[in-house]
Amino acid sequence: MDIDVHKVAMLSRIRLTDDEAAHLGPQLSNILGYIEQLSEVNTEGVVPTAHPHDVAMPQRVDAVTNANRRDALQAVAPNTESGLYVVPKVIE
Amino acid sequence: MNWETVIGLEVHVQVNTNTKAFCGCSTAFGAEPNTQTCPVCLGMPGQLPVLNMEVARKSVLTGLAINATINLESKFDRKNYFYPDLPKGYQISQFPLPIVEHGYLDIPVADGEKRIGITRIHIEEDAGKSMHEGLDGVSHIDLNRSGVPLMEIVSEPDMRSADEAVAYLKQLHQLVRFLDVSGADMEKGQFRCDANVSVRRFGEALGTRAELKNLNSFRFIKQAIDYEVARQIELIEDGGQVVQETRLFDSAKGESRSMRSKEEAHDYRYFPEPDLPPLRISQEEVDGIRAGMPELPGQLRERFESEFGLSSYDADVLSQTLDLAGWYESLVAAHPSDPKRCANWMANELLGRLKEQGKDIADSPVSAQDLAGLLDRIADNTISGKIAKDVLDAMMATGESADAVIESKGLKQVSDSGAIDTLILQIMADNPGQLEQFRAGKDKLFGFFVGQVMKASKGQANPGMVNQRLQDLLKG
Repeated sequence: MDIDVHKVAMLSRIRLTDDEAAHLGPQLSNILGYIEQLSEVNTEGVVPTAHPHDVAMPQRVDAVTNANRRDALQAVAPNTESGLYVVPKVIE
Repeated sequence: MNWETVIGLEVHVQVNTNTKAFCGCSTAFGAEPNTQTCPVCLGMPGQLPVLNMEVARKSVLTGLAINATINLESKFDRKNYFYPDLPKGYQISQFPLPIVEHGYLDIPVADGEKRIGITRIHIEEDAGKSMHEGLDGVSHIDLNRSGVPLMEIVSEPDMRSADEAVAYLKQLHQLVRFLDVSGADMEKGQFRCDANVSVRRFGEALGTRAELKNLNSFRFIKQAIDYEVARQIELIEDGGQVVQETRLFDSAKGESRSMRSKEEAHDYRYFPEPDLPPLRISQEEVDGIRAGMPELPGQLRERFESEFGLSSYDADVLSQTLDLAGWYESLVAAHPSDPKRCANWMANELLGRLKEQGKDIADSPVSAQDLAGLLDRIADNTISGKIAKDVLDAMMATGESADAVIESKGLKQVSDSGAIDTLILQIMADNPGQLEQFRAGKDKLFGFFVGQVMKASKGQANPGMVNQRLQDLLKG
């Protein structure tokens, strides 16, 4: 299975050199080929697995439990201004 | 050439919970930036989401109201894309197995009703808010909205005109407000619409669609769809082809432009959300939610017609919102003798005046009790309907009761036959010519005398009595 390594890298925001792409392309294809073997298994009548653990969804009551901790939470941000996160311009 | 328009709508409805979908942060609108965030909705590593069950309950309620299938087991998935207002790098959503599927909504159209299919409703979380204006080389991010619960309601491509799309949206907007599952305030972004629009020649297969974003008022939705339909038809007739793309509508210019950067980003690489087990709801829970279903707009309208004898027009006006309906029912409770009079005065007089002032019923300076007080004075002949309109104007301006206005302005209707006789005799004496003609058989002049008497009484004479006394006195 051939995959467009550059496209996958772009979607993941990972910068690849052409050398790296040439190297990784066949590796990714091999992985997908390995997983592809699953399609050979007869799954008729098998219920799809939505989650590996058969646990019930924890239920949360709709009541506010979190106080304002902006100062502590923003301490790790590279750049903030007036309580807002500052990022490189993203509009087109 | 005959063209057919095909429209499908995706509506993001903010579920009106106290807390976010997967953490205990407040959803209150208008807080200082980033004061309603925590490690979960900031996407910090190692944090686990826990579903707010109120979101599930309200989604099920909405599903039941559109006669849909409730999936007793649904699951969550990650929708991956990069944008700074999405701190995790993915949005928790539901992809192959949403909580609600296969519903419909009947919308009013010119020749009756039309059924619009609703493919699915899924639960997802909102992103934060980016600000770009007035900033040089940077954007500002507020993550208070990050993680706020949304229902995405996806219709079938069943609409054939911008008007049908707007009718569907209005119906849906009214429904979620009646169900109290969303504030649905469009100015606050609580009810947002994307439209998938394509055109085809009649009888042909579906055309390529464009997705219109940023449609945040009913008026813009109509404008944007009309613009897009014209653009696509012109493009095809000129020998071009519609390309599948996302277009952003600019309401100031009344036109849309392509968002090319979105093209690549359309590959969302969905995969199951490993942090959340499947959402299971029992049939008993669904039945319990169904039992708590409030009265829906159509049921309310029908009840107003059958219980109070209202015209379908008045019933429709007064059942538009729960506020209006509740106000009307308070009015009828306070003036139970004549529900139709209540409807007339509320729908025509009160709402008309409020509209002129740009106010909602919730801001009415006249309460339902006060309006009932005015209607009582009409019913007992203290004032005429005509004078009552002036009294209502004064009540709107001063907030006083009807009785206080009638008293202070001396507007009490004259029903004293002696006083009315005095007025009539004076008018007869002042108009001997007309009196002679009337007595000679010119019956039309009766109206002239009624008018003169009412004028002389400044409108305060009881019109029924004036008529009756004139019949007697004019004959001489």
